[in-house]
Amino acid sequence: MVKLVNVNKFFGDLHVLKDINLQVAEGEKLVIIGPSGSGKSTTVRCMNFLEEPTSGQVYIDGVQLTHKNKTELVRRSTAMVFQQFNLYPHKTVLENLTLAPIKLQKVPKAEAVERAYKYLDIVGLREKADSYPATLSGGQQQRVAIARALCSRAKIILFDEPTSALDPETVQEVLDVMIRLASEKNITMVIVTHEMGFARQVADRVIFMDAGRIVEEGPPEHFFTNPTEERTKAFLSKILR
Amino acid sequence: MIEQILTPWRWQTLLTQWPTLLRAFLTTLEASVLALLLALVLGVIFGLMSTSHHRLPRVVARIYVEFFQNTPLMIQLFFVFFALPYVGVSLPAFACGVLCVGVYTGAYISEVVRAGIQSIPLGQFEAAHSQGFTYLQTMLLIILPQTARIILPPLVNQCVNLIKNTSVLAMIAGGDLMYVANNWATNGNASYGPAYLIIGVLYFLLCFPLSTWARRYEEKLQRQDTQRPAAGKEAAA
Repeated sequence: MVKLVNVNKFFGDLHVLKDINLQVAEGEKLVIIGPSGSGKSTTVRCMNFLEEPTSGQVYIDGVQLTHKNKTELVRRSTAMVFQQFNLYPHKTVLENLTLAPIKLQKVPKAEAVERAYKYLDIVGLREKADSYPATLSGGQQQRVAIARALCSRAKIILFDEPTSALDPETVQEVLDVMIRLASEKNITMVIVTHEMGFARQVADRVIFMDAGRIVEEGPPEHFFTNPTEERTKAFLSKILR
Repeated sequence: MIEQILTPWRWQTLLTQWPTLLRAFLTTLEASVLALLLALVLGVIFGLMSTSHHRLPRVVARIYVEFFQNTPLMIQLFFVFFALPYVGVSLPAFACGVLCVGVYTGAYISEVVRAGIQSIPLGQFEAAHSQGFTYLQTMLLIILPQTARIILPPLVNQCVNLIKNTSVLAMIAGGDLMYVANNWATNGNASYGPAYLIIGVLYFLLCFPLSTWARRYEEKLQRQDTQRPAAGKEAAA
């Protein structure tokens, strides 16, 4: 579904991704964890070319992502949920959800609206359809952002620290939505998060990154109870206190 | 001048010529509207160019802005009106005025647009990219509508400047308010006092409502930004 081959990324002199090789299977729920600055966000951002790798290749469905085809390929295959939600503030919730389907996928308006309500139901915010994002709480905005990602019908949904900017009391409502989503077999999810309990619950596989490298990966049971690498142990002991 | 203004018969002779004054007023208005349209189009295009990731459009936009901001409008006008005919480009005075004032103001507006675009959070561009919008769609559907709200006050101020700057038309016999007042000042009656006073009032009547509205709107924006949720409700209603 998504494949990264020898991906390196530099920001100026800073080497943030070092030879990342990674494959995500169709329907897989992959969770990436690691300390700040470890390159986990940059890794997911390479998957839709928000960051173009300095070297190496990214494949989506077997097609190599390039500067030329990125708009088209990203539009068709991926959606992203951001830490800061990034809803369009000048548009209502409903307009946020229907803009891309109508303008990009040429879905008729009535159908796009119907689709939007369907996903608003899933995230439990139907009654907010005509509100503007600024009137919603952080948790609600992020649920709308998830609904927006679902409206694109993309097979791959990328989550870049979706709960890191939220007030503690609204984190759970967003996680609940994502847990429900994770039970869908045909959606591929790549999730960068610091929520370990959540990671353990939804992940098919967990990847631990540090200093631009993948240090360890494996199924969550093994990963959280019996990690092999010292660096992983150190990180987990700090975060699972 | 004061003596003239206090002399009733000068007003009487002047006011008998009100159709001339009306025509001049309409010329100023028409020149302003047309020049504004030109300035807006140029401002958006060059504003977008100056936020480009590519070097060439940025450099071109920079040259345009610096050239027109740092030379007097009057010289630009004289160049177009007096020099270009020698290379076969001969425009009527009115068209020259619209062209020059439009291109001149466009340079200022492009800076306003650039600053507006740069004030939009990066996340908005990223969200648009992640959904697969092209550059042009991103700008037209997502970035510029948000920019417009922010830049409206400085844009209206540029519009006010533009209206006042149409008075350069007088220098090439453009038939605008300033030109008519100059004529009155130099014809046999020499009633420049009342003439300049009247057109001053007319310019003021055009510009004052605009700049007042811009100031009020800006204050409203500031209030909204300090109490965000309330602002949203207002927008939703």
